[in-house]
Amino acid sequence: MTKQPLIEFQNVNFHYNSQAEATLLDINLTIYEGEKVCIVGPSGSGKSTLVHLLNGLAPFAYDGELTGSLKIRGKETRELDIFSISLLVGTVLQDTDGQFIGITVGEDIAFALENNTIALEEMRERVAHAATIVDMASFLHARIHELSGGQKQRVALAGVLVNDIDIVLFDEPLANLDPASGLSAIALMDELQKKEQKTVLIVEHRLEDVLSKSVDRIILMDQGRIIANTTPNDILTGTLLPEHSIREPLYIKALKYAGCLVGETMDVTDINQLDVKSFAPKIQQWLKTIQIEEKDQVQSSPLLQLKDLSFHYQENNPILKNINLAIHQGEMISIVGANGTGKSTFGKLLCGFEKPTAGSIEFNGMDGANDSIKERGQRVGFVLQNPNHMFSKQLIFDEVAFGLQQQNLSAPEIKERVEETLKICGLYPFRNWPISALSYGQKKRLSIASILVLEPSVILLDEPTAGQDYKHTTELMTFLESLQQRGVTIILITHDMHIMMEYTKRAVVLSNGTIIADSSPACILADHQLIDQAHLKQSSLFALANVLDITDPAQFIEKFIQYDRGVRFNER
Amino acid sequence: MSGELLSYIERDSVIHRLTGSAKLICFLLLSSAAMLTYDTRVLLSIVLISIIIFKISKVKIREIGFILAFILFFLVLNNIAIFLFSPHQGTLIYGTSHPITGSIGRYSLTLEQLFYQINISLKYIAVIPPALLFIVTTQPSEFAASLNRVGVSYRLAYSVSIALRYIPDVQRDFKTIALSQQARGIDMSRKATIPTRIKNASSILLPLILSSLDRIETISNVMELRGFGKHKKRTWYSFQPITKRDIIAIVISLVIFLLMIAFMFINQGRFYNPFL
Repeated sequence: MTKQPLIEFQNVNFHYNSQAEATLLDINLTIYEGEKVCIVGPSGSGKSTLVHLLNGLAPFAYDGELTGSLKIRGKETRELDIFSISLLVGTVLQDTDGQFIGITVGEDIAFALENNTIALEEMRERVAHAATIVDMASFLHARIHELSGGQKQRVALAGVLVNDIDIVLFDEPLANLDPASGLSAIALMDELQKKEQKTVLIVEHRLEDVLSKSVDRIILMDQGRIIANTTPNDILTGTLLPEHSIREPLYIKALKYAGCLVGETMDVTDINQLDVKSFAPKIQQWLKTIQIEEKDQVQSSPLLQLKDLSFHYQENNPILKNINLAIHQGEMISIVGANGTGKSTFGKLLCGFEKPTAGSIEFNGMDGANDSIKERGQRVGFVLQNPNHMFSKQLIFDEVAFGLQQQNLSAPEIKERVEETLKICGLYPFRNWPISALSYGQKKRLSIASILVLEPSVILLDEPTAGQDYKHTTELMTFLESLQQRGVTIILITHDMHIMMEYTKRAVVLSNGTIIADSSPACILADHQLIDQAHLKQSSLFALANVLDITDPAQFIEKFIQYDRGVRFNER
Repeated sequence: MSGELLSYIERDSVIHRLTGSAKLICFLLLSSAAMLTYDTRVLLSIVLISIIIFKISKVKIREIGFILAFILFFLVLNNIAIFLFSPHQGTLIYGTSHPITGSIGRYSLTLEQLFYQINISLKYIAVIPPALLFIVTTQPSEFAASLNRVGVSYRLAYSVSIALRYIPDVQRDFKTIALSQQARGIDMSRKATIPTRIKNASSILLPLILSSLDRIETISNVMELRGFGKHKKRTWYSFQPITKRDIIAIVISLVIFLLMIAFMFINQGRFYNPFL
């Protein structure tokens, strides 16, 4: 049976009216019925615009000029409207909270049917059916905001599946999920293709996670153009991914470092199907060349010490229980764990937004119990996840100066400190620019600058890299490393296992309000039980170590991290 | 968690189980009865009924404490304003004058004025519980459905309900932003002077407005993508058929409304005059 083309782009260009230049250039792409395709690309590559064209948001909601031909099921989309397109293409958005209209699960799933004036009885049946597909049938009466991130995404999916559509679009589905929920989301997309025969398009830059289930094709986009349209194996063995700032799966990186992929044409998409015989010796050879550096264990007295810290809103529902932790000056540590496990509450306690119900927080041995929020803010600076939540001025200089102006310092002193901070953050050339002219990555750095200028000894960042591509993530993390070298202590609350592994030497794992591990990322990622308990995701390096019969996977991961750091350092 | 303004409060009560449209009709009847009449006896009975309904709903006073305080503040303000601008409105209405205090310029307090303003206050007190209860005991979606059923266009009904639904989210954003600004040393406490506080409050509002605009963009995209606004009518998943319970509630409210009308005829006007 020949596959039917379902989506056909022919010489498509798209130019938003609000922008100076065209966003999509000369797109030629055909997607066939029943395929599962992953679209990757750095920020600004045009992949979101491609999604908008497919679901009709462009040009119907976001005005712009579309040239060329885009057909879905043989119909030119420009002759349709957003409503008729919504009966062909369903979109699951990235935002796990903002995309719900109903309060309860059933009601939200029904939304599209209500708008299509389906009678109540039929509506109930179709809602129940859609909920069954995503395995949420027993939750029809549950309130959405009480669900976990993964469950919310299932509800969003059911909400588009009620319309018996052919094509499901996932727009950065993994951005807000903890690693384990991310994996189950990918498994769900796989079922959608295999069991429900849907055509599935996944736009995502976390390629390693998407590839945990097979995809038919990968489309790489950059600067508005399609760079590659090929099989996963092709793209993994080639050099295009790093060239276009997409993070390669770590096991591929390891294989490349060890010289396993030179001139190989083997299939490497499935770790379990690797050519062990030829790879194992090469990897062993490579590992021998890496000597693990001794860590200097000599630590001064801790900068920050948490003693038996507990917190609850309601007596019978503890959120944090007996947390004991010592953090030293100049450390960079990650706090990881499942959604809703107390990570953000932990952050709030550290910066004094909430008071502990028991236990204490000490700074250099002094109890911080009586700190006001302002006083605490001078010890622990908190960088919110969304930089836009932190800006209240028009100009970059003013924003950084804002905190200092509250301290009645002299104007020349403020100027000096602000300019120095802007220099550290690489924003000095832009000091007189409006904030709105900055890119997202620069805004993120500005939000850090506005905290840094207050000279806190600890900076706490909530999901600093969420929703950012590899290039911006690397830039940001390199910047944080440079702050760390200046003696600033950095605490990251993160879902990103790569960040934890590559940039922090110590990770604290929270589960159900207690610390279940406080160790090196390599050790954590080599502990199977721990990974399950904390909703983390096994690293593909660990899987690789298993396949290649490496006896000490933790050491293997450690060596990889060290080697990789060296490579990155030399590139800088 | 901290109380959230005007959001749905889940309880199991008769009031919660009434359908949204029945609640809306009852609310409209009771509040127009209270609005139209100045008859103290009628007002007192509506106040009594309101308090009873409130008890039945199992909603606690502290759950709506803030908004209640807010309304009471306006009640006081309104009373002061009435007295300042028309200190003799009572005499004008009731035709007699029984001064309680001596006069300062044109200002003197009469029994009639006091009685008149007590009636005004009673109106507030009679209307507040049904209005608040309608909002906090109706699921936002049912809320829209019920507005739609009594003839409001579903687009308008939906925008009202979405606005109500987003209040908790916006409150959460507000709290996060306010705390993070305070951590940067922006003083919002009583220690700062009032102009500084106003200026500092604006440092929260700007990011709050921007974040709310983001929310609006997301939600309106979602609604479009799921076909909102395509047809003139829409159906409602949360549709509840009218039950006996609803009929009874509506009948009771209607009786109260008619009694109020009856009293208007008995008094030959909207006022009950004890001074004659």
